[in-house]
Amino acid sequence: MANPIGVSRGKGFSNPFEQKQVLGILFMAPAVLYMVAFLGLPFVLAIYFSLTDLTINNLQSGASFIGLENFVELFRDSVFLQALRNTIVFVTSQLLSIILGQLTAFVFMQEFRGKAPARILILLPWAVPIALGVLGWKWMYDSLYSIINWTLRAMHILGPDQWPNWLGAPDLAMISVIIVHAWKAFPFAAVVFLGALTSIPQDIIDAAKVDGAGFLRQMFQINLPIIAPIVSIGLIFSTVFAFTDMSVVWLLTKGGPINSTHVLGSYAFQVGIVSGDIGQGAAISLFLVPILMLAMILVLSAMRRREL
Amino acid sequence: MYQPRVARKPYARTQPQSVSKHKKWTLTYLFKRVLFYTLVIALVIFAALPFYWMFITAFKTEHDLYNLKAIPYIFNEPPTLQHMDLLFNRTAFVQWLQNTFVVGGLVVAITLLIAIPAGYALARLAGRYSEPLGIGMFLTYLVPPTLLFIPLSPVVSRLGLQDSLWALVVIYPTFTIPFCTWLMMGFFKAVPIEIEEAALIDGDSRMGALVHVVLPVSLPGIFTIIIFAFTLCVQEFVYALTFISSTANKTITVGVPTDLMRGDLFFWGSLMAAALIAGIPVAIVYNLFLDRFLVGITGGAVR
Repeated sequence: MANPIGVSRGKGFSNPFEQKQVLGILFMAPAVLYMVAFLGLPFVLAIYFSLTDLTINNLQSGASFIGLENFVELFRDSVFLQALRNTIVFVTSQLLSIILGQLTAFVFMQEFRGKAPARILILLPWAVPIALGVLGWKWMYDSLYSIINWTLRAMHILGPDQWPNWLGAPDLAMISVIIVHAWKAFPFAAVVFLGALTSIPQDIIDAAKVDGAGFLRQMFQINLPIIAPIVSIGLIFSTVFAFTDMSVVWLLTKGGPINSTHVLGSYAFQVGIVSGDIGQGAAISLFLVPILMLAMILVLSAMRRREL
Repeated sequence: MYQPRVARKPYARTQPQSVSKHKKWTLTYLFKRVLFYTLVIALVIFAALPFYWMFITAFKTEHDLYNLKAIPYIFNEPPTLQHMDLLFNRTAFVQWLQNTFVVGGLVVAITLLIAIPAGYALARLAGRYSEPLGIGMFLTYLVPPTLLFIPLSPVVSRLGLQDSLWALVVIYPTFTIPFCTWLMMGFFKAVPIEIEEAALIDGDSRMGALVHVVLPVSLPGIFTIIIFAFTLCVQEFVYALTFISSTANKTITVGVPTDLMRGDLFFWGSLMAAALIAGIPVAIVYNLFLDRFLVGITGGAVR
């Protein structure tokens, strides 16, 4: 794009700061350098550390290169394999929040009494800092004073002698974590769906109605295809956040009971930071990379398909 | 093609009211209404019950909290401020709030210094490099703390920043910069290019036009990224957990869950009070800026 003004201003020596390219590089450089220094470099370091036997003890003396031994060891580590499986389970369980989110969006497309306060309440789980929101759940899952158990007992779903220990039994603990993840993510999914649905031009909807499209047909053959590219970006983001998150697991169970609820993030923290085995921890967290790459590719293709 | 400008409204609102009026009182209508409200109530309870439980816990007496016979949803004994007293007078809660504000403030300053020029460059100066650079920035937002905290930990300790708020001040901009640059780019693109050109014709320099003309009209955008950079810092947990160990240096998200317990004993009343006091204001601010946030996270797709 030619800029006639920039050209006409050249009188004698032009100030280099007046040139688009120079100013552009100058303005962009701090951001790019910052990201390279504190995001790019640590990433390269993660790969390097994962190939060494670096621990908290040989930080000063220097670690030695051990090739892929950290990775080989991981596949013999049953806790790691469990963490890998759990991560996949938790990501799959994101479907739950997507369904709940769509349901919520459907509800908020209608007019009803009390809509405004309901909207604020439903958005709370997503907006509150996760580390603080999880604390409420930890107390709700308490082994003795659980309000969930009390309610279920009051409704006679649980007998007087049944005391489910939500965070103490491996299967229940997994379910507990999944519920909290869904609780945290569904308002955001709802908001994304709602935003996309309200941006569908009214004349398309009218045309569909005139042509006799019923509710389901309109939903699946008109609305969803139109909103798909927009919604997918938002949902990929929330899936990635769920996939890489360790705070829910760490705060609820610390990976227990007997390491049954670890995810990649929390196990990397346990090994790399708590136990101080930096090389091994780095190897664990690098398993997040393939999925991240996949997510990035999906985001890119969604952005390309999107109508601007 | 002619397009009437009535679009972009939720279609439920544009349905004529009379349709529901003459349907009123038929059985299927009533049934649908009941079903609908059940759904609404169920969703609200799922979302908000933990907050209600936090609230009531924060003001219950110890005896009331640990009474298995009483109904837990109500105050069986008069509410008390003892948990608040413990929180404010005998824990480092106030210190954690202060630390959070210090870190948040410094990170906001760094973010503004870096993200505003970068956003402007992407919107106006970078030309054909603008799109790949912008998308690259956007994608770095996907890189999670759980990937980087391990390689950063030896770096932080080499720099002598372990257990220091400065570690957080340096690291937090890695997630605020991409997000805020992307948002600022959107804001700058929305500024009509004519007003800039007018300033240039009037003899202003490019820098001058940016400072005198573009920034003043972008103030709402700048305000938005201040809010977001700050709230993102308040919400961060993983880096703070990794790099801060002493009570006096903790931020709110780490201090509350790690320090308000003694061994296996949790101070539930104070924990819930702390979570509410720190969490609810952040949640309200987020609600207010929801639309802007959506633009940011979906790459400007949802408007």
